[in-house]
Amino acid sequence: MALVDSRPAPPVVPSRPATRRARRRRSTLQGGPLAYGVLAAATVLSVLPFYWTLVAASRTNAELSSATPALTPGPNLFHNIAAALQQADIGTALWNSLIVSTTVTAGVVLSSTLAGFAFAKLRFRGRRLLLAVTVGTMMIPPQLGVIPLFMIIVRLGLQDRLPAVILPALVSAFGVFFMRQYLVQALPDELVEAGRVDGASYTRIFASIVLPVARPAMAVLGMLTFMATWNDFFWPIVALSSQNPTVQVALHSLGEGYVPDQSIIMAGTLVGTLPVLLVFVLLGRQIVGGIMQGAVKG
Amino acid sequence: MALSRALGPRPAAAPGRPRPAAVTRTGRTLAPYGFLAPFFVLFTAFGLYPLLYTAYVSLHRVELQTSQQMDWLGLQNYVRLFQDPYFWNALRNTFTIGVLSTVPQLLMALGLAHLLNYRLRGRTFFRVAMLMPYATSVAAATLVFAQLFGHDYGLINWLLHQAGLDPVDWQANTVASQIGVSTVVTWRWTGYNALIYLAGMQAIPMELYESAAIDGATRLQQFRHVTVPGLRPTIVFTVIVSTIGATQLFGEPLMYEGNSGGGVSHQYQTLGLYMYQQGWTFFHLGRAAAVAWVMFLLIVVLALLNAAVAARRNRTDR
Repeated sequence: MALVDSRPAPPVVPSRPATRRARRRRSTLQGGPLAYGVLAAATVLSVLPFYWTLVAASRTNAELSSATPALTPGPNLFHNIAAALQQADIGTALWNSLIVSTTVTAGVVLSSTLAGFAFAKLRFRGRRLLLAVTVGTMMIPPQLGVIPLFMIIVRLGLQDRLPAVILPALVSAFGVFFMRQYLVQALPDELVEAGRVDGASYTRIFASIVLPVARPAMAVLGMLTFMATWNDFFWPIVALSSQNPTVQVALHSLGEGYVPDQSIIMAGTLVGTLPVLLVFVLLGRQIVGGIMQGAVKG
Repeated sequence: MALSRALGPRPAAAPGRPRPAAVTRTGRTLAPYGFLAPFFVLFTAFGLYPLLYTAYVSLHRVELQTSQQMDWLGLQNYVRLFQDPYFWNALRNTFTIGVLSTVPQLLMALGLAHLLNYRLRGRTFFRVAMLMPYATSVAAATLVFAQLFGHDYGLINWLLHQAGLDPVDWQANTVASQIGVSTVVTWRWTGYNALIYLAGMQAIPMELYESAAIDGATRLQQFRHVTVPGLRPTIVFTVIVSTIGATQLFGEPLMYEGNSGGGVSHQYQTLGLYMYQQGWTFFHLGRAAAVAWVMFLLIVVLALLNAAVAARRNRTDR
């Protein structure tokens, strides 16, 4: 169960890839100036806080605490970032977050693909029950289990160490369900059957038939998991201290007022957001597609 | 482990015909469990077990520093909880902040999705831009908004001043601070919900719009009588998910001023934050577990309520 600060994506229902034709058919309503106006305003509101982070991160504290706020970026960006790296140990935090996010992403994608394949295409005793348990727990908030989880971590002596945030997040019920839904559709039974008839073991079938078919869904799940893990807040705050933080824990200690300088706080925020923002800018189109694909299609 | 057995003997290079029996029967039977093992082992240990164990912990006195030691209390944690005015305060705040963040968020998302569904230039650009807030963390977003909402030097009060209005105390004032916290939630999730709605809208058959147009329905009427009913399952889904999200709200009120009290007079302390405060500020893990359990029951009740409302509306429509 991934203790990840993100809402579960909606149940994936047969994701027939939206064909070009279907898409064209969809949008016959031509957008007028009003539509563009409202969407432009919404875009500005979505992006403005990022811009302001940049402005504040590149100014001095004095400039920020003046009656007329600065509205354009200033010259102090790198100075402030250096200060943030030093004061809140954001350097360690970035490295920790990178380790945690990549490990968790690999774990979730692999374990979800394995289990998703079994649920989608294999027949075995207890299949319905196990799937029901998996799906059922998706709606239960992870915060409910945080206290015993914390006690387990303490007992294992993992408190304040990275495995404390990695281990519980390595598997995700949502991931399993997501892969199952994808494979039910995308992987023809005949393909698995053909492998079986040829005498290939399931492991072999998995490696040479399932993995290639599952790749697009694995990519989507990977991106979403990376972002969610990078941004995860509640569990890292509980399990890690500011001695060995992830980026979110470091930002938390910035916010607690360990660093009184607003421009340095904003520089830290910028540095903590940048990696995932970069992923987003590069892969935004695919992420949008992934989220929309995961939607309930009425 | 079953997985290694699933490997079975490699098919012998039997010349001529394939040998289905090459992989042993037991291998075939056990293999599925091998595929499930990595998931279920970790899922049980770190997901299911803690979930169930919380109820047990909530009936004990457990302190953070000595979390191995558990003393039986029965329902005493719950009794204390219900006698604590801060608990009721947190429950109320969770409700008001939940409404303040969920309702505008979903309404705006619905409107935006409708616009995004038009034929537009730069459609992908708008979609990506609107989802960008989703890429930020609670911590980062709240730090930025807390600054924007600053009393003396915040950008928002400066804008109000430019418009000739009085500054608002976005921290100490109860309603204003709750609006501030809700704004962070709304900002982060509106675009996400808009995309979910958009996907739902694209599944509504175009013919419905065409026949509505032939019947002389205006765009607004089409939206009301074709889009919204067609989206009902999606809307129910987003309402339930947002409700669950709102019930657990934690990071935003924690980071808004950087303490677990939720403001000087607890004016925006949510249940999630109250639970964290009980457990990790006051060290009462048992009591925190009781809060968690109350939160869970609340979510169950709200989800059932949502489902009931959705079912009833469905019936009256037909």
